[in-house]
Amino acid sequence: MKLTLSQIDRSFGAVQVLHGIGITLQPGEVHALIGENGAGKSTTMKIISGYLAPTAGKVALDDAPVTFAGSQDAEARGVVLIHQEFNLAEQLTVEQNIFLGHELKRGFLLDKAAMREKAAALLKRLDCNVAPTATVRDISNPDKQMVEIAKALSRDARVLIMDEPTAVLTEREAESLFTQVDRLRADGVAILFTSHKLDEVKRISDRVTILRDGRVVGQHATADLSEDDMATAMVGRDVSSLYPERAGPVGSEVVLSVRNLQVPGHARDIEFELRVGEILGLAGLIGSGRTETMEGLVGLRTATADIAVDGRPASFQTPRAALDAGVAYLTEDRKERGLLLRKGMRENLTLQSLSDFTRLLIDESAEDAALTKAIADFDIRAPHRGVDVGNLSGGNQQKLLLAKTMLAEPRIVIIDEPTRGIDIGTKQQIYEFIHALAAEGKSIIVISSEMQEVIGLSDRVLVMREGRITGELSGDDITEDRIIRLATGLDGLKGAAA
Amino acid sequence: MMAKLDLRVLGPILALVALIVVGALLNSNFLSAGNVTNVLSRSAFIGIIAVGMTFVITSGGLDLSVGSMAAFIAGLMILVMNGLLPTLGPGVALVLVGILAALLAGTVAGFVNGFLITTMRIEAFIVTLGTMGIYRSLVTWLADGGTLSLDFGMRTVIRPIYFGGILGISWPIIVFALVAITGEIVMRRAAFGRHAAAVGSNDQVARYSSVNVDRVRMLTYVFLGLLVGVATIMYVPRLGSASSSTGVLWELEAIAAVIIGGTMLKGGFGRVWGTVIGVLILSLIDNILNLTDGVSPYLNGAIQGVIIILAVILQRERKAGS
Repeated sequence: MKLTLSQIDRSFGAVQVLHGIGITLQPGEVHALIGENGAGKSTTMKIISGYLAPTAGKVALDDAPVTFAGSQDAEARGVVLIHQEFNLAEQLTVEQNIFLGHELKRGFLLDKAAMREKAAALLKRLDCNVAPTATVRDISNPDKQMVEIAKALSRDARVLIMDEPTAVLTEREAESLFTQVDRLRADGVAILFTSHKLDEVKRISDRVTILRDGRVVGQHATADLSEDDMATAMVGRDVSSLYPERAGPVGSEVVLSVRNLQVPGHARDIEFELRVGEILGLAGLIGSGRTETMEGLVGLRTATADIAVDGRPASFQTPRAALDAGVAYLTEDRKERGLLLRKGMRENLTLQSLSDFTRLLIDESAEDAALTKAIADFDIRAPHRGVDVGNLSGGNQQKLLLAKTMLAEPRIVIIDEPTRGIDIGTKQQIYEFIHALAAEGKSIIVISSEMQEVIGLSDRVLVMREGRITGELSGDDITEDRIIRLATGLDGLKGAAA
Repeated sequence: MMAKLDLRVLGPILALVALIVVGALLNSNFLSAGNVTNVLSRSAFIGIIAVGMTFVITSGGLDLSVGSMAAFIAGLMILVMNGLLPTLGPGVALVLVGILAALLAGTVAGFVNGFLITTMRIEAFIVTLGTMGIYRSLVTWLADGGTLSLDFGMRTVIRPIYFGGILGISWPIIVFALVAITGEIVMRRAAFGRHAAAVGSNDQVARYSSVNVDRVRMLTYVFLGLLVGVATIMYVPRLGSASSSTGVLWELEAIAAVIIGGTMLKGGFGRVWGTVIGVLILSLIDNILNLTDGVSPYLNGAIQGVIIILAVILQRERKAGS
């Protein structure tokens, strides 16, 4: 079955995220969709599989226009999306999952024998050795991936959309997945998949569509495109004037030295130094272990490391210990980990440094004064002082979170995704705050998935891939191209995986 | 929005005032010093425990074991005092030993709950359901299925703890008041209260804000255990005995009082003064039904049930409003 998108637009509120997307998925062809974070890959996939409706444009199946009423409607027509996070019921067996919601019945009762037989046949077709009676919780990630595919096939999927299917797989597991993809291609299934790993794109796909800023910027037969060409096509924007000029010079004194940082399951052999007044960028793809590395460093995760602050050995078993040594981590997830959404600004502001406001009892007037100062310093705009933090805009929440972190007076601040999901004006303000902090002599680590943000802010950039630091860039070497090449494994440590 | 907020704060107070008015209209004896003292003294046991429960629930926990724990501690206290009676003789020293035993047992019991919940990471409901059964069974075993009675020689010595007092106010009322006032101050103005609410509101945020989440949780259970010990110290002198039926359903009464008072069952927000009003509301319903002929006292549970459900509906209004 052929699926065609033509002139697809999609807006969320006033923001248009897709502009005139056109893609054709041919039966028996593997189509790769690549682009940076935020380029519009997810939205495109959701439109193809009926999770989202396009604002304008047409979707056609075998040249007949269709409008999917929802993902179930799309599935009924043979178009199935396999999510990046598995959509399986962990407590149920493989066969129960495969037929979940579409159970075979004999009268009122489930026809277990028929389901087991059919499940076994599907798994056999995929050359997957997992038993239909195994509990999904107990099987490996690649097997889960196979169960997802078997589930899709049980719905007679003719168009299969896979959202980063290899993100959770090791190289060897990915290879066995690709063998199955080859098999499905031979069966005439149309397949679309996304990946940040360009070597995989090269290995498995027949055609490539490159998205940038919600537009198709290239569509080629994979054979005509080198991995370098793909990386170049994904990039290609100049860094705008969003970023302030560096005010203060970077000092020479090393304030934080990290050696041999191991975060089991997420990162290993991490080493770096941070200087006084420096802004150090930490780049890498989502899932490369940046957040986990820093959470491990400050004692939020199990980790081991040789840490020195100002040349003196330190050990951060708990976030409190890190904070006492002057190291604060500002989470990427302000709603779930950063702020108490149902509490006011005052309680949130002082939560991390409450002991500074407490003798025997909390000094509420000192807290109020701190809030007044924070509102002024960080330009927090709230309808009134008593407002629940959950009712603030994302940008103001982020400013409050920054104020909260700075209230604990850290000398080293690790800011994870400083501007995720906030508008451009507030972004600029936050960049200015970060620069001002550096100018004051604070040392800052910025983790960001936005390439331009890392480039625009940082004096020096570390790039991570699959839990290792694969390269360090400074000065004019900090370019989108260099970062992408290190992040996707084109340059730097080869074979960092496995 | 302000009107809703006011109703939320005023709701329990208005309910209490209404109950007092109804009680006074139905029975002239209702507001007599004797009856008021009686109601307050009897409220003290649940009240002291409910103050501790407020902190546990505010931090996102639950403790079903407090009723059984009280019975077990009462049994233990009686056994300790009976056992040491020949050595120490009936006097203040023995009473102090009994008090110490009760406080220690309560603290240890709270620590065990806290340890299983925080360090072993077992759900609070499961842990305290388990310890509830364990303490209930232990006290039954200690009493060999019957009743543990305090030696008669001791009863007169220990009686004043429940029946005595200063300036005409009985000790249970004084202790309840002290516990409630301290609890209210800690909840509103101490770092611990703030941390408990933060942990109950979102423990991840608390953890990322360098709050020692396990320590806060642990302390709420230890304080609750300690307060169960305090309540038991008041309770033993009243009857001078403990059996398998001591403290039955206290845990649910304490939880009900906390909820009626406006503390959120899922944690994140608690107020001790509300809990005190919740305790008084439950006691007054019982008292009014006993004093009047109109409604059978057997309907006490039904009326309390309605009040609890109403209180929760009020809580939901609050969420919708915010």
